[in-house]
Amino acid sequence: MAYFTKFGDFQFDVLREIGNIGAGHAATALSKLMQKEIDMKVPQVNIIPFDKVADCVGGAEAVVLAVFFRVEGDCPGNMFFILDLDSARYLLEQITGISKDVYEWEELEISALHEIGNILTGSYLSSLADFTQLNLQPSVPALAVDMAGAILSYGLIALGQAGDFALTIDTAFFEGNEKVKGNFFLIPDPESLPILFRSLGVPFDGDY
Amino acid sequence: MEIIKIGMADLGVAKPPSKLRTTGLGSCVGVVLYDQTHKIAGMAHVMLPESSLAKSGELTIGKYADTAIPHLINLMEKAGAQTRNIVAKIAGGAQMFAFLGNSDTMRIGPRNVEACKQALKDAHIKIVAEDTGGNCGRTIEMDATNGVLQIRTVNQGVKEV
Repeated sequence: MAYFTKFGDFQFDVLREIGNIGAGHAATALSKLMQKEIDMKVPQVNIIPFDKVADCVGGAEAVVLAVFFRVEGDCPGNMFFILDLDSARYLLEQITGISKDVYEWEELEISALHEIGNILTGSYLSSLADFTQLNLQPSVPALAVDMAGAILSYGLIALGQAGDFALTIDTAFFEGNEKVKGNFFLIPDPESLPILFRSLGVPFDGDY
Repeated sequence: MEIIKIGMADLGVAKPPSKLRTTGLGSCVGVVLYDQTHKIAGMAHVMLPESSLAKSGELTIGKYADTAIPHLINLMEKAGAQTRNIVAKIAGGAQMFAFLGNSDTMRIGPRNVEACKQALKDAHIKIVAEDTGGNCGRTIEMDATNGVLQIRTVNQGVKEV
C-alpha cells in the first residue's frame, strides 16, 4: 500500500483524467465502428484490495469476455477490455452481422472480437501516449471468456509482489439503450505510477 | 452450515459442518488440506510462488506458497489436526492467456503449482488429488465433513475429487 498512501486528491484527479481521455477516444472509436452513440461514465480510480477488483464487473464468478493486453514501454501495465456476454454477442452482431452466442464462437468470431478490442485499446493507449509523451506498446491481444476473478487476477500479479492493493482506472461505457455495456481497466505496474506522474509534471505525493 | 469464504492471498480452517470456498482461481492455486481423523479442513488461496518475490517490507503470509502452506498446517494443528493425518488436494494454476506463455511473469500459473507441490513435499504431505493447469478459471469448495473438494469451471461444469 506504501505506493498509494501518499496520494492526495490532485493525484486522483490526474488519474481520472487519464481514464477520461483514454476511454473517451476508445468510446469514439467504438461509436464509429457501431455507428451508434456511446456514452461513458465518469472514470473511477480505485485503490482496492485484490479481492474486490472483480466486484466492478459483477463479482469474481461472473462470466465475462475479456481482451487482455500487456503494455510495455516507458510505463508498463496491464489493460483489460471487458464485456458481459450479452454485450459481446450484440457488439459482434452490430459490427459483423454474425449472430451467435459467445459459446458458439469459432475462429472468425474470436478474431473479430480480438480486432475490436485491439482498435479500442489502441485508441485508449495512443491518446494516453500523446497526452503523456510516453512510449506505450501494447502486446497482441489475448481473449478469454471466463470468471472475472480468474481473469482480472492475472493483471494483478505484478502488483501482488508489491502490496495487497491494486490501483485501477476503470471506465464504464454503454450504448444509448444499454445493450452494450463494458469496462476498460488500466492497471499500471507500481513502478509506472511515478513515471506517469512525472510525464505530466505532477508531484508523486502530497496535495498540490 | 456455514460457508467460509477465502479471499485472494487468504487462508482459513474449518470444522464440520462448515465448508471452505474460494472463487475465481486463475493463475492462483487453491490448496486444501484435510485431516480425515479429526475432521479438520484448511484452505489457502496462493497467488505467487515464493515470498522472496515480495518487494515491500510487509509480508502477507497467505500470498506465497512457501509461507502460506506451513502457516496453514500450523493453524490446523492448533485446531487439533495432526500433520501425519493431513493430505492435500490442489486446484488452479491455469494460464488464462496462453500466448503470453513466454514471459516468466505470465507463466505464473505453472510456477505456482510447482511451488505448492514443493512446499507440500517439504512438509511431508501427500497430494491425493490435483486439477491444475489448462486455461480456465476455477471455483472450489471443500466440505469439512468429508474432505470432498468440489471444482467448478465455466466450460466443464462441476466435478468432485
